[in-house]
Amino acid sequence: KKAMDLSFFNDPHSHFQTNPRKELQKQDAQILKDISAPISTRFPLYQSPDLTKHSAFPKLTDKGGQRYVSAVNDKIQFSHGTTTLAFIFNGGVLVAVDSRASMGSYIGSGTVKKVIPISRHLIGTMAGGAADCSFWERNLAMQCRLHDLREGKRISVAAASKLLGNVVFQYRGYGLSMGTMMAGWDEKKGPALFYVDSDGTRLKGNLFSVGSGATYAYGILDTAYRMDLDEKQAIELGKRAIYHATHRDAYSGGTINVFVIRETGYEQMYKGDMNELHYGQYMEEAAAEAKQ
Amino acid sequence: MSYDRAITVFSPDGHLFQVEYAMEAVKNGTTAVGIKGQKTVVLGVEKKSAAKLQDQRTVRKIMKLDGHICLAFAGLVADARVLVNKARLECQSYRLTMEDSPTVEYISRYIAQVQQRFTQRGGRRPFGISNLIAGFDADGTPNLYQTDPTGSHTSWKALAIGRNAKSVREFLEENYEESNTAEEKGDEDAPIKLAAKALLEVVESGAKNIEIAYLKPGSGLKMVPADKVAAICKEIEAEKEKDKARGKKKKST
Repeated sequence: KKAMDLSFFNDPHSHFQTNPRKELQKQDAQILKDISAPISTRFPLYQSPDLTKHSAFPKLTDKGGQRYVSAVNDKIQFSHGTTTLAFIFNGGVLVAVDSRASMGSYIGSGTVKKVIPISRHLIGTMAGGAADCSFWERNLAMQCRLHDLREGKRISVAAASKLLGNVVFQYRGYGLSMGTMMAGWDEKKGPALFYVDSDGTRLKGNLFSVGSGATYAYGILDTAYRMDLDEKQAIELGKRAIYHATHRDAYSGGTINVFVIRETGYEQMYKGDMNELHYGQYMEEAAAEAKQ
Repeated sequence: MSYDRAITVFSPDGHLFQVEYAMEAVKNGTTAVGIKGQKTVVLGVEKKSAAKLQDQRTVRKIMKLDGHICLAFAGLVADARVLVNKARLECQSYRLTMEDSPTVEYISRYIAQVQQRFTQRGGRRPFGISNLIAGFDADGTPNLYQTDPTGSHTSWKALAIGRNAKSVREFLEENYEESNTAEEKGDEDAPIKLAAKALLEVVESGAKNIEIAYLKPGSGLKMVPADKVAAICKEIEAEKEKDKARGKKKKST
């Protein structure tokens, strides 16, 4: 029988078939070669990106600043298409939303709940990134509950929207996408409405519309909005504005949801498919008008 | 007795000795009195007799925390300065995030939390002060809160802290109701008079060693001018003389 192969005593690394020390020596030699070579071979000339390729340019994700440049942004497409609106009237705050979630030209869902209840007297709407809105508004709901427990009284709409705005401002430049409205009834100050978005903008107002279909909704709202609408008229106005936006905006559609916030809390007042309205009530109205 | 070394250690019978010693420091401080009326909240403090070369205006015992909240303390003056700075910052922070003015209860709770933190964490000694925090909330309710080195905060109708607090508190318990009804009947200065009376019980050498400040709903802290304090004290002295004289008359008849 052959004696055991004891050659490894001579070269400890031979049975591994590599010698780390030799590998390093090879790398050193290569580096020395590279350094001695002329510079132009080590740093190739800058090649401008192919202008025909849209994705070749890195994109800024922050609208206002230059903090974060993402080359990945165009590959992750958020759902931006939506129409949401809210306005204050004599009986409280009216909030109306559509329910379509679109990813580019693909309709992800036609039954999205774009109104997120924060507390019994406070609701938030969703526009932009669905995950961003729903996560941060649920987080806000938690903070509002803690506030109610600590202070023994309801948080004001101003304070709640300030909390959301401050959190979102900390993430400015990191690619959050939300355009949300905080609507609610304060114990002492009555109905209040704030617009908060992912840039950190926070605005108090009587009438807002957010989303890709906002311009269409504004057309209807600005024509017919008055502070002294009664509840029925306000619901009809909200419904109609969303309907017109969903009709013309490709990225809005589905069911129209209308909420009213009164002193006693919020309540869903209407839920209807936009198509049924189109071929039903509004078609009848148009026919009736044509007769006159 | 070795259990009073570190603040974070309980004694076998459940005492935090450093906290109790802090309360002793409070008892050595100059008297402060707080009275909650219906339309006025009053804070009065005993001023130590001024050293001749000292500028009296730099000795401040009644401090403003916000436009509508003020604080008087008894105990270590320097500790009060640190606590008041924190409270002032918290008032403004509240205004920034909540877009509303803080209630007196909120600030008292905050100050109490700070005082409690120093009895539990960090190995630092507690603040050697008790505070009287007075003010009106935005909806017009008067408030008077007390915090102490243990970190508790309680609401009072009238309270005295510091030197001789016990006797002043007894005096207040006897006379508060009378002052309240006088205010209801229309005497707006009733709480101020009560504060002056209470302080005169224990402050030697009278009016020049008393400082009184008051708050009314919607307006900020106002100091009662020195001549008015002197006038009120004279009135009180005169009443006392009358009562004495009447007492003597009764005895004689």
